[in-house]
Amino acid sequence: MNKALDNEFYQLLHELQSVDFVLVELNLYLDTHPMDANAIQQYNHYAQLRQKIAQLYESKYGPLQNFGQSYSSTPWCWNDAPWPWQV
Amino acid sequence: MWVYEKKLQYPVRVSKCDPRMAKYLMEQYGGADGELAAALRYLNQRYTIPDKVIGLLTDIGTEEFAHLEMIATMIYKLTKDATPEQLREVGLGDHYVAHDSALFYQNAAGVPWTAAYIQAKGDPIADLYEDIAAEEKARATYQWLIDITDDVDLQDSLKFLREREIIHSLRFREAVEILKEKRDEKIFY
Amino acid sequence: MNDQMRYYKPFISPLDPCPPIRVKSYSTPPQLFIPFQPPNLPQFTPYEALKYGTLWPALYSPYPYGHKYVRQEEGDA
Repeated sequence: MNKALDNEFYQLLHELQSVDFVLVELNLYLDTHPMDANAIQQYNHYAQLRQKIAQLYESKYGPLQNFGQSYSSTPWCWNDAPWPWQV
Repeated sequence: MWVYEKKLQYPVRVSKCDPRMAKYLMEQYGGADGELAAALRYLNQRYTIPDKVIGLLTDIGTEEFAHLEMIATMIYKLTKDATPEQLREVGLGDHYVAHDSALFYQNAAGVPWTAAYIQAKGDPIADLYEDIAAEEKARATYQWLIDITDDVDLQDSLKFLREREIIHSLRFREAVEILKEKRDEKIFY
Repeated sequence: MNDQMRYYKPFISPLDPCPPIRVKSYSTPPQLFIPFQPPNLPQFTPYEALKYGTLWPALYSPYPYGHKYVRQEEGDA
């Protein structure tokens, strides 16, 4: 099964990767700076933004996560290509 | 437990079929200072380190698996459609007869990964200093990988991975500072 | 961000077989000079952060940076 990988796919993926990367950076920072309220506020803000972008991405290109963290359409679409190393 | 996310942490592009570079990249796949060793090192040390830094080891260990997947993607793309002859020309003939084009946890010289690459001493300072050293060695390996290829797309992803080693090193250094503090003396900002 | 390289001049023997490298270098990235990251450092935008591999410009380390080494024929003065 081959899904068309258009520009929009790469753009949306890039947006998701950017926001998720900010969250990784803030997460590691907060692991050693647990009292930094500004950073916590920023982390929560980006966590919300992340949900919105992930929802949009999943509605177009299928589930991002397994084990019930994402919804599936019928038929079961978790198995669908492309996988991350194939795009 | 862990949940898989069906995307790379950072885009991986390669601009040419280059199985020789795939061979060199195996250093960061199954080598002593590679991403597999890093992930397993940190996630294993978690069980015997003070609670204050378990979160950091968990998160960095998890990020290392994302880096392992990026390295795998590079090797996959660089060897995807290579012929046995092409693999043989770049010294991957012995890899081909044992694995076809399957990935395998070995270093650039074909030495299989071993748990002897990683340490768990049970002493928090000794373990964190090992982690800092591991990050600096991985940073150096990324430098030499960047030096040895002229593929600018590949260099781009390798530069990202080199910078991550720097951030991880800083966080482990901060973890040492946290553990040096006497109880209830806050150095947190 | 600037000047993250250090340089040294290795001893050169007249019997060295390869054209000598007169000046060698190594990296000294920002984490060596920041024992504990201070709060509220200026940040990259999310797209920039992903591109540079860190959220904070103060922690960014460019590579390659400057000359890795200077060989005899280039640097002889």
